[in-house]
Amino acid sequence: MHEYRTDMYEGMLAETVAFPGDGGELLSAYLARPLGPGPYPGVVLIHHLPGWDEYYREATRRFAYHGYLAICPDLYQREGHGTPEDVAAMVRGVGGVADDQVVADMAGAARYLRALPSHNGRVGVFGTCSGGRHAYLAACRTDDFDAAVDCWGGRVVMSEEELTEKQPVAPIDYTESLSAPLLGLFGAEDRSPTPEQVQQHEEELRRHGKEYEFHMYEGAGHGFFYHDRGAYRVEQAMDGWGKLFDFLGRHLA
Amino acid sequence: MCTMILERVAVSGAGKREQGWFSLSHASVTYDHPFHVRLEHALNIDFVDDGGGPSDRLAVELEPDSARALARAILSALERGDEAGV
Repeated sequence: MHEYRTDMYEGMLAETVAFPGDGGELLSAYLARPLGPGPYPGVVLIHHLPGWDEYYREATRRFAYHGYLAICPDLYQREGHGTPEDVAAMVRGVGGVADDQVVADMAGAARYLRALPSHNGRVGVFGTCSGGRHAYLAACRTDDFDAAVDCWGGRVVMSEEELTEKQPVAPIDYTESLSAPLLGLFGAEDRSPTPEQVQQHEEELRRHGKEYEFHMYEGAGHGFFYHDRGAYRVEQAMDGWGKLFDFLGRHLA
Repeated sequence: MCTMILERVAVSGAGKREQGWFSLSHASVTYDHPFHVRLEHALNIDFVDDGGGPSDRLAVELEPDSARALARAILSALERGDEAGV
């Protein structure tokens, strides 16, 4: 974890950029990076159900503050432009975005980071809520990531009835092909994923001999990092951020 | 999307926003994360016109018991209308 000293120079650039996503289509992304020659590791952030919102812009800058080239693509851009809430509501109303499309978009974002001159050649993927599920999918279905962080991703475990045309395979069924070390942060009071589903996921990771660490926080439910929502739990969130940066530091430095 | 519980229903009618009335083509009823109310999950209804953009919607986010009460009230009002023959 980056420890700031008062005699340090600090600066970052945060701006909207465009990168080629699924099928080469140009997508908007929020990029935040430290000012300096690097080399810096990269992180792709996958936003949550409420969309490409202010929380995710703050989180992107947080990664940059801690020394990462951080990019957060707008996964919902194909549905149009408007406020993040309105666009996300439209996506929610059509059953979400297709898993194949998200995975290809994330691979494109990773390639974008790898092309930056201040990049160190290693990229992690981080997501919360639906983004946590997507982060796991991206780490299973591509070789583009060197570390993955799934924060309370619901529907990694899915019943047959939950499968749809856009989400045709339960992410847990891709576990054998997970290609990066995995960090999972979960709340014991969460209902999606439930602690039982997290345990099922963990058993599958163990069965395939995957490198992972899961942390289940008591007194926390879904979204306990979100300081702008009632689910925020300061102690669990700060501990979680600490574990996250320790994990990424070990695998991406 | 953490629950992905979605019921999409075609509706005929109109809704009113600050800019005025607009035609409705369907309603998306979801039990998922709300944007505004301080709940992990809420009963959300977005009334939209398929021909419109993301901002062309009327949205409500309801606590589950409130949503059930609303559903009962809608059905009750319709039944009374039927009984009255109007």
